[in-house]
Amino acid sequence: MRYLPHSQAERAEMLGVIGAANIDVLFSAVPAGAMKTFDLGLPAHSPEFLVEAHMNALAGQNHAGVDGPFFVGAGAYRHHVPATVDHLIQRSEFLTAYTPYQPEISQGTLQMLFEFQTQVTKLTAMDVANASMYDGSTGTAEAVLMARRLTKRNKIVLSGGLHPHYRDVVKAYLKDDIDLECLSASPESQDDILDHIDEQTATIVVQTPDFYGHLRNIKTAADAAHAKGALLIVVITEVVSLGLLEAPGALGADIVVAEGQSIGNALNFGGPYLGLLATRKEFIRQMPGRICGETVDAEGQRGFVLTLSTREQHIRREKATSNICTNSGLCALAFSIHMALLGEAGFTRLARLNHANACKLADALATVPGVAVLNKTFFNEMTIRTTQPAAALIERLAGRGILGGVPVSRLEPLDSSVENLIVLAATELTTNTDIATLCEALSEELA
Amino acid sequence: MSLNKQGRPTGTGTSEFALTSDSSLLPNEPLLFEIGNTEHSGVDLPEATITNARLEGFERKMPLDLAGLTEPEAMRHYMRLSRLNYSIDSGMYPLGSCTMKHNPRLNEKIARLPGFADIHPLQPVSTVQGALALMNELSHWLMTLTNTSAVALTPKAGAHGELLGMMAIKAAQKAAGQSHRRIVLVPESAHGTNPATAAFLGYSVKAIPACADGTVDVQAIKDALSSEVAAIMLTNPNTCGLFEPQVIEIAKMIHDAGAFFYCDGANFNAIVGVVRPGDLGIDAMHINLHKTFSTPHGGGGPGAGPVVLSAALAPFAPVPFVRKSAEGLELAEHAEGSALGRITAFQGQMGMYVRALTYMLSHGGDGLAQAAQDAVLNANYIKARLGHVFSVPFPDYPTMHEVLFDDSFLVGTGVSTLDFAKALIDEGFHPMTMYFPLVVHGAMLIEPTESESKQTLDRFCEVMEELALDAKAGNAARFTAAPLNTPRRRLDETCAARSPILKWERSAALPQAF
Repeated sequence: MRYLPHSQAERAEMLGVIGAANIDVLFSAVPAGAMKTFDLGLPAHSPEFLVEAHMNALAGQNHAGVDGPFFVGAGAYRHHVPATVDHLIQRSEFLTAYTPYQPEISQGTLQMLFEFQTQVTKLTAMDVANASMYDGSTGTAEAVLMARRLTKRNKIVLSGGLHPHYRDVVKAYLKDDIDLECLSASPESQDDILDHIDEQTATIVVQTPDFYGHLRNIKTAADAAHAKGALLIVVITEVVSLGLLEAPGALGADIVVAEGQSIGNALNFGGPYLGLLATRKEFIRQMPGRICGETVDAEGQRGFVLTLSTREQHIRREKATSNICTNSGLCALAFSIHMALLGEAGFTRLARLNHANACKLADALATVPGVAVLNKTFFNEMTIRTTQPAAALIERLAGRGILGGVPVSRLEPLDSSVENLIVLAATELTTNTDIATLCEALSEELA
Repeated sequence: MSLNKQGRPTGTGTSEFALTSDSSLLPNEPLLFEIGNTEHSGVDLPEATITNARLEGFERKMPLDLAGLTEPEAMRHYMRLSRLNYSIDSGMYPLGSCTMKHNPRLNEKIARLPGFADIHPLQPVSTVQGALALMNELSHWLMTLTNTSAVALTPKAGAHGELLGMMAIKAAQKAAGQSHRRIVLVPESAHGTNPATAAFLGYSVKAIPACADGTVDVQAIKDALSSEVAAIMLTNPNTCGLFEPQVIEIAKMIHDAGAFFYCDGANFNAIVGVVRPGDLGIDAMHINLHKTFSTPHGGGGPGAGPVVLSAALAPFAPVPFVRKSAEGLELAEHAEGSALGRITAFQGQMGMYVRALTYMLSHGGDGLAQAAQDAVLNANYIKARLGHVFSVPFPDYPTMHEVLFDDSFLVGTGVSTLDFAKALIDEGFHPMTMYFPLVVHGAMLIEPTESESKQTLDRFCEVMEELALDAKAGNAARFTAAPLNTPRRRLDETCAARSPILKWERSAALPQAF
């Protein structure tokens, strides 16, 4: 077996040093009957080329983004990742290191996390950011819990524009012991979340651009929340939008959660992704997750360590702010490298390119008979209403080799009013030909 | 092989003649923001023409002040940073409870196939049949290796798996009208995530002590059981490196009391392919794909923590999961149809599923069992080689895949466990886990994994023994000053926590306390 260094002679020699007659002696604490004595029926070990052939065959059964026009978004976005990013994150020193518990020999990871945190605070215009969360959805649930600890209030209001999966995760984390109000889907426009804030409200959660692509008025939401002593959590699923849109921190957000996948990370069928979480400095002791900070070493040189760990489970056990004990380190590295490669100039150009292509898409869709574009505002994503049920329509487009977006009914199966709605995204990878191909196919299918 | 004691540097290696703070191959790398600027970019993108913007006044007014690097600058910056890290590929990484085994590069290659990396979680299921088949195949392996009825793949890390497992228990008890069960038993030797998870879900945690032999106190469990107890969260093999010999009796006691048995599967690498946890009576167990199944730790994630479930808990699995349909495979993904709902967006850590299955297929059922046996062999070999110099707090049982020492061998030397570990860094090894588990004083938990050759183990043991003898000989200074040969000496963690500096700022303003 290519991954196991011992020869049989070495195993025998080691057993001799231990003083064990055979390997089973070392398992003698296992109760009689629990030792497996039969074959599990699993395949035997396999050479690299056969494993590769098996996995190639499975991969070959999937329609990859590169295979045709692609308009799928709704919380995960297909962007170009520079070759440098993937090369660098596969450096052994980054890829095969553990959480940086020994800072003297982990300065690479720690400095990278410090740079990452700085980038996130700049993007969001918040004071502090942590070293990342599992993803945007779990980050949102953690942010809600954080807001509850900060306000000591128990009512949470989720906007109808929040990604339905994010809403469901918050529900699963909290449903038993909180007053959770989920506003109904609002594909046409803004919802009336401001009317739902009262003196018991811990936080309102508003996504922008929202699930349907509309840009939300964060300033108004922040003012309304603060007037009642509640906090505003802003959720962003498309982080590229921050290249063009005002940062939530500049508009009054108290906690910002974002899905960072768009920068540096492939679609990967949903994971691993990258949760960004940033907040005001006065809330830092209630922030979940790992945090990296600057300090000095015994010779006075600048260095970095994980810090404020008295919030965390390995110190606080049942009194910790969260049970979290990892971040999404390598995805954060990919994000940070890609963001460094873009820089302000590149990031702004990227965002403009996304918006420009989305504008072209919206304008083209508006000319297709049977299609109505619902958005007055958007960044790179929009919702259309068609004359036919969306799920079957999307399936027929897939049959033509076009991945034409997400039928809203896939995420909101109980709401019949969304049956004919499709959410579509454009990115820098969307071409004029892609848009023309989609519109032509839609015209034919809807005719 | 004798150790080379010649030519060992005694200082940090910085020469008085050096013009830079770089030390030969060990760079002193500035921050990205100190190298780059907002004009530099390593990505060529066309300037877009937007004729009919739909931003309605929400445009950003202020610059972001985000530094950029051209490609050569970026390559050098991150390459130089990487050199400041220790990693599995640099040397032995015997971090107990973390299973730092070799990360095969085939896994990385496969995970990057466009058919896995370039597919969207919400594209039509008819276009991702291979991905669903892969999830099914991984599930089959996990259920077979554990003899369980179901598996929830989506948890994004071990702690997330614990959360999911305990949520499933909570949901099952709610459905059975047993919501009054508010207590979770957690041994004192448990990982901190166990009590944190139970508390997260509103349970009160009752700590169960360890016996003098390092196993959990079964009588204490028996005494603690009542109609108020929801579950036990037990790690097996436990964090002292021991297989709980009475685990089957414990499972029976728990079930007789109407409670569930959550098993922390962090140490599954000791028994994979050899013992099936389902045969021990567990109801739920998370499996860290980044430990047992070799997906890279990545400097702190991303991990993956699928949870296997017994028949009693299977109906309480979260969405999404794969099931057969008339057309092939489909995803059950509607939260409303499930007692528990959804614990993450989309389908979980697909990139890790791909790597883990690749690892399983490479090993086969036979290779996995051999890996577990080698992991146990290696830990016992270290124990046998070092037992006469180090103090073994629990000598009664063979150890499993990790060996625990305490600090009694250091009493009177003026050297702490931490000092000892830092001296190990100077010898080219990553330290063991320190001060965990909490049930012994000054714990050193060593997990060599199956990936280490006898030659490496011998060298490690030789270094450990020399260090121990040196400490006992009174050479405390070498330990208290360590590490000396690292990019940074010991870092001031107290200062970092007292006056947090958590981001780079342009002005060198004094750190603000908050």
